[in-house]
Amino acid sequence: MNRWKIIEEKIFIALSAIATYSLIAVLGLIIVIVFVKGFNALSLDMVIKTPKGGYYYGGEGGVLNAIVGSIYIAFGATLIAIVLGMPAALFLNVHLVRHKKTQETIRYLLDVLWGIPSIVYGAFGFTLMLFFGLNASLLAGIITVALLVTPIMVRTFDEVLSTIPRGLHEASLALGSTKAETSYKVMLKQGFSGFITAALLAFGRGIGDAASVLFTAGYTDLIPVNLDEPAATLPLAIFFQLGSPIPEVRERAYAASTILTIIILIISLSARFLSNRYSKTNIK
Amino acid sequence: MTNNPTDTQVIQDCTILSIRNLNVHAGNHHILKDINLEIPKNRITVLLGPSGCGKTTLLKCMNKLTDLYRELKVTGNIFIEDDDILNTSKNIPSIRQKMGLLSQRPYPLPVSIYKNVAYGIKLKGIRDRKLIDYNVEKHLKEVGLWNEVKDRLHSPATSLSIGQQQRLCLARGLAVKPRIILADEPTSALDPISSKIIENLFRNLKENYTIILVTHVLRQAIRLADHVIFMYNGEIIEQGTPDELFNNPKSEKLKEYMVEGN
Repeated sequence: MNRWKIIEEKIFIALSAIATYSLIAVLGLIIVIVFVKGFNALSLDMVIKTPKGGYYYGGEGGVLNAIVGSIYIAFGATLIAIVLGMPAALFLNVHLVRHKKTQETIRYLLDVLWGIPSIVYGAFGFTLMLFFGLNASLLAGIITVALLVTPIMVRTFDEVLSTIPRGLHEASLALGSTKAETSYKVMLKQGFSGFITAALLAFGRGIGDAASVLFTAGYTDLIPVNLDEPAATLPLAIFFQLGSPIPEVRERAYAASTILTIIILIISLSARFLSNRYSKTNIK
Repeated sequence: MTNNPTDTQVIQDCTILSIRNLNVHAGNHHILKDINLEIPKNRITVLLGPSGCGKTTLLKCMNKLTDLYRELKVTGNIFIEDDDILNTSKNIPSIRQKMGLLSQRPYPLPVSIYKNVAYGIKLKGIRDRKLIDYNVEKHLKEVGLWNEVKDRLHSPATSLSIGQQQRLCLARGLAVKPRIILADEPTSALDPISSKIIENLFRNLKENYTIILVTHVLRQAIRLADHVIFMYNGEIIEQGTPDELFNNPKSEKLKEYMVEGN
């Protein structure tokens, strides 16, 4: 190799390495800053108490209302996404397997839905809410977030299903399985780790989104006990506290961010753990 | 094809599957051209020919896996025991259960060894645990796998070697009680020893099943065939007994193939 080629090679390796490691550094920096800033305000009270009078002026209490509200909304929305998304992804890969054009069109439309900003879902959810005469409530929040996360759920699961070898699909049908048996006994089994990843990704996206719940879920200091009551969410708790002129309250916003980040870290770690666990019998 | 009327008569009497004027098009491409053939019962019929000559497509027509490909237009008749499966209103799964499929590489289901065979048994509507256990053992013995796996029936099927996986797939196929075994180059991914085991299994299984074996390996055809169909470029060039075809090939294509194949 001549000298220039060696130099060229070194420059490209260096540039790629810088790009890769700076991305990781940014992620690390976000986590460190959020944790450091939130650490002072993070206390057991933050996690186990709801806001008391004067909380937003530095008074006593915590963000339990928002933690519970967020979990309710993300859980409800993920449940809807599973109920709609799992059959949709299986239908796409088993029943529509001979209709390539329909399949591609549906995938494209789902990708468009995935790309729509969450504030648009928020606005749509708000219109829907007014149309049905609902108030800002847990139910309206769940439905809106479900609209946001279902395309993510379907496409993520669909990507995994579409990598399943055609031979396995054919082997199942050749045995005389119906399409439904092929879907739920073979494809779902083979793609189960992908299904878990998809559901947890939907949950993670749902729990962290602020714009879709801004108008639809409302905000309250209480923990909702009914679907028609408003629900607080962590992203909005962060948003409201971060805008406060009082430094103590702003610190609590970082504490709430820390809590949200920890929840999301737990979810992505469980996604990894569970998907490894369920892929043991998978054919390669 | 043989001109001896008695031979033809014998084949017709024990025909299990016959194909009439079968044509398959993919767009403008004519993949199978006017196929007519008879598959004798309890024999090994070998579909021989170079890669891309339409052997696999012909096999997929027989169990209607061509349905998965919208671009394939299939016309003609395929009779299995007097049922025209291409134009029948019978449900497809029950037609497919008359045939077991063994593909080029094994595709066990993503479950344990036991459940792979039990899946086939349950498809036949059997729910009784003891009967399932009995049949799992029976079919695993049928393919000579029982002694190798009896202590690890609940391990993933993928923990088996590829040759064992192929035999497991065969056992799973036998569990739905087919009449015919469709084998699409079943030994092409296997080592010589595993291939030999599969070939010996076929020799034994033909007592109870009809085997249609797709291969491009001339030697394998010579070793196994009771009836040979030589295909080239989507057409049947010659068919008959191995003796007729291999000792006295009539067409230039087969002569050429035999020279290259040896």
